[in-house]
Amino acid sequence: MHSFEYRQAVALDALPVLDAAGLCGHILDAVSSGWRVLALFALPEPGRAATAAGECGGPERRPGAGLCCVLAHDAERRLAAARTAPLAAFPSLAEACPQVQLFEREICEEWGILPEGHPWLKPVRRSPDAPGGAAREFYRVDGGEVHEVAVGPVHAGIIEPGHFRFQCYGENVLHLEIALGYQHRGLERLLRARAGGDPRAALRLAECAAGDSSVAHATALCVLRERLLGLEELDPRTQRLRRVGLELERLANHCGDLGAIAGDTGFLPTSSWNGRIRGDFLNLTAALCGNRFGRGLLLPGGVAWGLSPEECADILARLTAAGRDAAGSAEVMFGAASVGQRMRGTGALSAETACALGLVGVAARACGLERDARFHAPLSELPLAGADAPRTGRSGDVFARALVRRAEMADSLALVADDLGWLAEHPESVAEREAALARTMAASGPLPGRRLAVAQVEGWRGEICHVGVTGPDGEFLALKLVDPSFRNWAGLALAMRGGQISDFPLCNKSFDLSYCGHDL
Amino acid sequence: MSAPTAFLLQLALALVLAPLLPGIINRVKAMVAGRHGKPLLQTYYDLARLLGKGEVISRTTTWTFAAAPGVSLAAALCALALLPLGGVPSPLAFGGDFLLAAYLLGMGRFAVMLAALDTGSSFEGMGASREAAFSALGEPALFLAFLTLTSLSLDLGRGVADAGLDVRAAFSLSALFNGDMAAFWQAGRPELLLAPAVFFALLLAENCRIPVDDPTTHLELTMIHEVMVLDHSGPNLAMIVYGAALKLWFFAALVAGLLVPPLPLWEHAALSVLAVLGIGVAVGVVESAMARLRLTRVPHFLGVAAALAALALILTQAR
Repeated sequence: MHSFEYRQAVALDALPVLDAAGLCGHILDAVSSGWRVLALFALPEPGRAATAAGECGGPERRPGAGLCCVLAHDAERRLAAARTAPLAAFPSLAEACPQVQLFEREICEEWGILPEGHPWLKPVRRSPDAPGGAAREFYRVDGGEVHEVAVGPVHAGIIEPGHFRFQCYGENVLHLEIALGYQHRGLERLLRARAGGDPRAALRLAECAAGDSSVAHATALCVLRERLLGLEELDPRTQRLRRVGLELERLANHCGDLGAIAGDTGFLPTSSWNGRIRGDFLNLTAALCGNRFGRGLLLPGGVAWGLSPEECADILARLTAAGRDAAGSAEVMFGAASVGQRMRGTGALSAETACALGLVGVAARACGLERDARFHAPLSELPLAGADAPRTGRSGDVFARALVRRAEMADSLALVADDLGWLAEHPESVAEREAALARTMAASGPLPGRRLAVAQVEGWRGEICHVGVTGPDGEFLALKLVDPSFRNWAGLALAMRGGQISDFPLCNKSFDLSYCGHDL
Repeated sequence: MSAPTAFLLQLALALVLAPLLPGIINRVKAMVAGRHGKPLLQTYYDLARLLGKGEVISRTTTWTFAAAPGVSLAAALCALALLPLGGVPSPLAFGGDFLLAAYLLGMGRFAVMLAALDTGSSFEGMGASREAAFSALGEPALFLAFLTLTSLSLDLGRGVADAGLDVRAAFSLSALFNGDMAAFWQAGRPELLLAPAVFFALLLAENCRIPVDDPTTHLELTMIHEVMVLDHSGPNLAMIVYGAALKLWFFAALVAGLLVPPLPLWEHAALSVLAVLGIGVAVGVVESAMARLRLTRVPHFLGVAAALAALALILTQAR
């Protein structure tokens, strides 16, 4: 495999073209020596003969595509990639390397390339109720005393649709299968068509990949474009403003999550307070860019909004007040013995399981894995004002996930305060503004052909990964979005195994995964 | 005023005021959380709204489903008709009527559980299974607490003299909850205070309050009581809501009956009503201050209630 530094774009022709068995062997070797799979996707070769759609694909014929795999080694901050020639089938790795199982199903669904020997080859996204949707069988446990509980896709709360199928023995969950896809919008296809020629329109689309991670997805797409273009590192102002957006998003969502976890344990004070404090953080994002969810903040090569020193001071004052409230609210929650008792041991995952599934973000860190893209794939050389290592837990349960969130909120507060202080001290000069404008114009230009680049951005939920491969004309051949939810839903299913079905809502909330981020 | 008339007036007071109790709990919770909260009279508005609505009945259900709300409401009404509010004995009182009251409530619960099973929904089936398990575990605590009171009542022979009833009537709710018990613990029998504590724990468990159940959650998988009534609507749901309010009032009145000392008729009644509403405030404070128990821990909670009741029994007999 071709190994490169994580910020580099590599020429497509530099990637070795392996056969399917060779690629699979390389992936297995790498995973056993500390690498993880960032993305496995189909890479079409324009102009090649069409292959027949596979078993689980639709009836239409698609252009031939090969596989492309990107691996990451976090400690060395290196990536590796390889691809295959167009193929119709490949030996499945899912049994030996569970973190690729969903990627394989996705490739089969989208391209009809068959992963031979996949243990559970079902469509990933096609809604079971959609016309033409493949028949979906759920894993079933037999036995007279085993009962099945079906939840969703329409839920009691105001949340997104998704179906959960429990196999229960009394109150004990033997198996949980999660069927998603109700939010599938064909976002990758839309982005692939637009991101090459009209980057600003593509950004608006990327912000919709998961609405609660608007800034993170937009940042990832911008960074991907900048890396493909080989732009030098951006100026500190842009980097800091982007980081303020990202960290405010993290603060708002972590705060809302802690409140929601408290709400699901039935603990009212933190539940009520955090609902309000989350709004305070969202309003700070609105003060930054006019939108509470950070839409429109990012531009390729820069940011669309700046902050005057007065605005920085105002935001900093409100941030300090909200941060103090959030810390107090969390203290009340963790101080209540009944809440701690409820969270401890609920939905526990071991570090081995989390590693095998390739979990990312808060869920992985709560198990003790040091996976935080802010550390292993930093977007800039800016100093970190918070902790100097990812915040991790040990027990991998709801309690650990809540603790990690609480610790990260304190770090994010320090980071944003640091950035706002810097921005207040360095008001933008006219020359800088012109340079920034020129940079955004340059970053909106056509992309170089036949290149591959990767953007890893630590959103509040976990690492968001965008992989882009351009064709000869600079248009995207493939643009793969991997939302943390895509990896982490499997973690929720395993965390429930052997647990109590009444713990599911609490466990679900502690992962707080996105349906549309998975469905795209 | 004759005793039966006074009792009927007090019963009417309980029936009118019962829906106020959930309103008070919600208001206390809202105030502690810094919210404005629902109106105090929200349950009355809900009842009026539900009574004016039509009803949707699942085709998979049978008459069991349609009958359950009426049965549970009637059972709660009958149980309440056995319980004195202001020290006046119920005209229906007889020795051992607390058994009838307990199993009337049990019958109402049984009807609701059957209706839940009748819908064929997996959620409601789980709710019914939980309700059955936890109510069975609550029964020992309830009867141990009653046993404490009856043993004391028998020892002291007080129920007989004061109420002018025969010996067996000393075993009636009217004799046990007419204020004598409060006079005893005030006269230096503090172990008797364990009994209202046990009834308060049972109030939380039987009325799906935190820490046993979360009445405000929308998550079917964690619910106990609420999930069983998901399929009811319209007037039938109104009956369930009103029945739940009566049941809450019943348990609060059990606690209040052990705390309010004997007083002249209407002063006793007024103080009892205040005590019942005060217990609503206490429930609100408990719900604001603690999280819900994990479902597997609920038996521990009920076990502690039973152990406290047994302790009360031992202490009263040890004198």
